[in-house]
Amino acid sequence: MADQALRKAPLAGRHGGSAGARVTPAAAATRLSLRAGEDAIGTLSLAFGLELPRRPKTSASVSGRHALWLGPDEWLLIDENGTDLMGIASGVSALHSATDVSHRNTAILVSGPDAAGAIASACPLDLGNTIFPVGAAARTVLGKIEIVLFRSGEEDYRVECWRSFSPYAFGLLAEGAEDAGL
Amino acid sequence: MLLIYCPYCEEERSELEFRHGGDAHIARPTNIADITDEEFQDYFFLRDNPKGLIFERWRHIHGCGRFFNAARDTVSDKFVMSYKAGEPKPNLSGEPTATEKTVETYEATEGTAK
Repeated sequence: MADQALRKAPLAGRHGGSAGARVTPAAAATRLSLRAGEDAIGTLSLAFGLELPRRPKTSASVSGRHALWLGPDEWLLIDENGTDLMGIASGVSALHSATDVSHRNTAILVSGPDAAGAIASACPLDLGNTIFPVGAAARTVLGKIEIVLFRSGEEDYRVECWRSFSPYAFGLLAEGAEDAGL
Repeated sequence: MLLIYCPYCEEERSELEFRHGGDAHIARPTNIADITDEEFQDYFFLRDNPKGLIFERWRHIHGCGRFFNAARDTVSDKFVMSYKAGEPKPNLSGEPTATEKTVETYEATEGTAK
């Protein structure tokens, strides 16, 4: 028996997609579900080193750390470098609520010229360049599950979903990628 | 696909992201302990179920998560307008109400369907 717990990524080893849209599991990251009122935004922005977005469907990114606007007082923070976001949040005295959701969520990266088409196969969100530009983010649905969609590049999207739903999301996106390439 | 305008996201989003939340502007009696069972029943259970314009609560549950109010036509399913929770009920008396002609499965027109 191994005397230590092994970290098992929910989508480890999976691959899929098509020539036009690659679908790959994202590397592990730390995530924070953050809720705060208007008067705490300034203090929290300073602590996390990025300006928490206040406009719908926008995000802020600084060297691998992203803050996505989910609602008028709600953000999803993602740190791809694995920084302890809870540690930062606990040092802020301004009234806020922070929950570590690093292991609740996992992410799927969809990239390539047909990436938007692959996602649109199951997502009702308008992914046009003017209405969902690079940096846009929104909580929405993918098939029968809820996701947070983040456009990280011209042809790159990050689909954040719950860990237990991730095989479903991955299958749907892989299928969508094949269809989008036809 | 039915599109619903979310006043918090400030754009139209798919109906798949929303949940219906019942009638809007139902005021809870301030003397809730004193009212009779009949009055409580009126407040708690009984709704008008109008044909035409209705004011409802909706929740953008798979989006920003917020409750808001919307005016909808129950015949045509048209969303006349939506506004943030807590804002006063808008006066839409000038708004034309839909007729049976706008609905395809209304019982009275079934006989004439070809």
